[in-house]
Amino acid sequence: MTALISIQGGAKRFVKGRETITIFDHLDMTIEAGDFIAIMGPSGSGKTTLLNLLGGIDRATSGSITFAGQRLDQMSEGQLSAWRAANVGFIFQFYNLMPALNAARNVELPLLLTSLGGGERRKRVETALQIVGLAERAKHYPREMSGGQQQRVAIARAIVADPRMLLCDEPTGDLDRKTADEILSMLQLLNKEMGKTIIMVTHDPEAARYASRVLHLDKGRFVEQVAA
Amino acid sequence: MTDFSLILANLFSRKLRAILMLVAIFFAFLIFGVLAGVQNGFNNIGGSAGENRLVTINKINFTQPMPISYIERIRAVEGVARASYANWFGGYYQEGRNQIVTFAIDPEFYMDIYATDYKLSADQRAAFLADRSGLLVGQKLAERWGWKLGDRIPLSSNIYTNKNTGKQTWDFTIVGILEPAQENADTSVAFFHHAYFNESVTFGRDTAGWIVIETADKALNTDVSKRIDAMFANSPAETATDTEKAFNQAFVGQLGNITLIVTLVVGAAFATILMIVGNTMAMAVRERTKEIGVMKTLGFPSGRIFKMVLGESLLLAMLGGLPALGVSALLLEMMRKSVGFPGLALTLDFTALGIAIMLALGLLTGIIPAWNALRLNIVTALGRQ
Repeated sequence: MTALISIQGGAKRFVKGRETITIFDHLDMTIEAGDFIAIMGPSGSGKTTLLNLLGGIDRATSGSITFAGQRLDQMSEGQLSAWRAANVGFIFQFYNLMPALNAARNVELPLLLTSLGGGERRKRVETALQIVGLAERAKHYPREMSGGQQQRVAIARAIVADPRMLLCDEPTGDLDRKTADEILSMLQLLNKEMGKTIIMVTHDPEAARYASRVLHLDKGRFVEQVAA
Repeated sequence: MTDFSLILANLFSRKLRAILMLVAIFFAFLIFGVLAGVQNGFNNIGGSAGENRLVTINKINFTQPMPISYIERIRAVEGVARASYANWFGGYYQEGRNQIVTFAIDPEFYMDIYATDYKLSADQRAAFLADRSGLLVGQKLAERWGWKLGDRIPLSSNIYTNKNTGKQTWDFTIVGILEPAQENADTSVAFFHHAYFNESVTFGRDTAGWIVIETADKALNTDVSKRIDAMFANSPAETATDTEKAFNQAFVGQLGNITLIVTLVVGAAFATILMIVGNTMAMAVRERTKEIGVMKTLGFPSGRIFKMVLGESLLLAMLGGLPALGVSALLLEMMRKSVGFPGLALTLDFTALGIAIMLALGLLTGIIPAWNALRLNIVTALGRQ
């Protein structure tokens, strides 16, 4: 396997008043294409911050982040936006769907950033909704769906543009066990069948068991690496 | 889905709020459209005035008469092609509320001077000249009351008394129907012989309310005006002569500064709407902070989000404003037909101004929320619950 994304000497510090808070420092990590990584750790350990850096929605204070040979830390905001649109699918704890749009339109949203025509976009939306088992709910609005269904729509939105990497921030944090298992199985399927590289931040050891590798982050450092 | 449908969906994500904002904007622009049309109507008063027509009135003001003898002296002034005179009759039909704009005129020349405004057949002109109690009525007036040639009708005055009857009523025979010769001609008026009026009034005999003059060339207007006013300087009834258009507009000016009224009313409505819509737009965008953060996360560039938010406020202004201009144009059309005020219309100029104001409203109310969306930090936005 080849490295898809890596962070070398990564540091993230915040200045608050006179105090400088270090989230992590000299962090090195390499994720191979096709990996399913779970990042665990206590609150405040920097899991979400790390995920934000890997997703190009935050910038490291120092260090380099490389995705398939491209240096994210050297990209402009506009370049990062285009990179995210082409390469990353995001799945959030609280789904973050647009309440004014129905399921199909929510899923179609990332495709507005492509040059695909209306017909092709519709096909892709249908396929993505079929993959998550919600083809019949295409016209339903988020308020008309359960949490699990909303998260499945969010997964469809994350995969519709066929990104290489999915970043999941506590994707089952708001769901019951049964629904959480369904969602995690779906992520596992996307990893195994479609080759998506998945990086998932979670507090839940049960969720982490679905990953192929678990990284424990504590006080800004990886304390152990466990093969799941 | 397109960016436009996304903007539309966001705009109506809270339907009641969007509808209330649209209603507020609709009424603001309805007021604008109607007042602009009324202003246009007043601006157009005198629009039918001939370029080489002058009006002489008493220098004190137009309610003070002048001796009728002035007419011959004015006709002798160099540069004067024709001159005629008239009096305001203060007419009404049957009841005081049925006001009719009625003039007692010098029959021989008055209608000739106004041949550019009214069409009158040779037969009817001859009938009018031959009948001292003959009445010429405008087409719109005739249609309003169902009058036709040969009808005998009484018209009353709210100023003068008929010494022959002791009443304020004169009897007339309709001998001519005036058709408009040009778009701005007002055909809701009536004309009759000054002599018929002069011989029967209890006061104000041998006087004219104003004298209308046709100059040989519009280039002579200033010189002729000066000569006439100089001729009557230091007399008991000094004169003031000006172009007919200026006279008409000065008459309207007595009603107040229409432009100022329009500006103040529209300005107050606009400022109020601006604050309401601006505040609501800012609130609506603030409520969507997390959604905007998600869009940025998905890869929507900040500039595109800026355009979408600005587009939303522009769309709101247009959706509220454009129908309002359409409705105000229809209302003005109805008013024009019912009251016979020729200039009542929403002109292209005012339509363009209305659209420009809509754009300004959209830009002013949207620019700050759009700017905030542009600068929104994704991590901060996603952290907001």
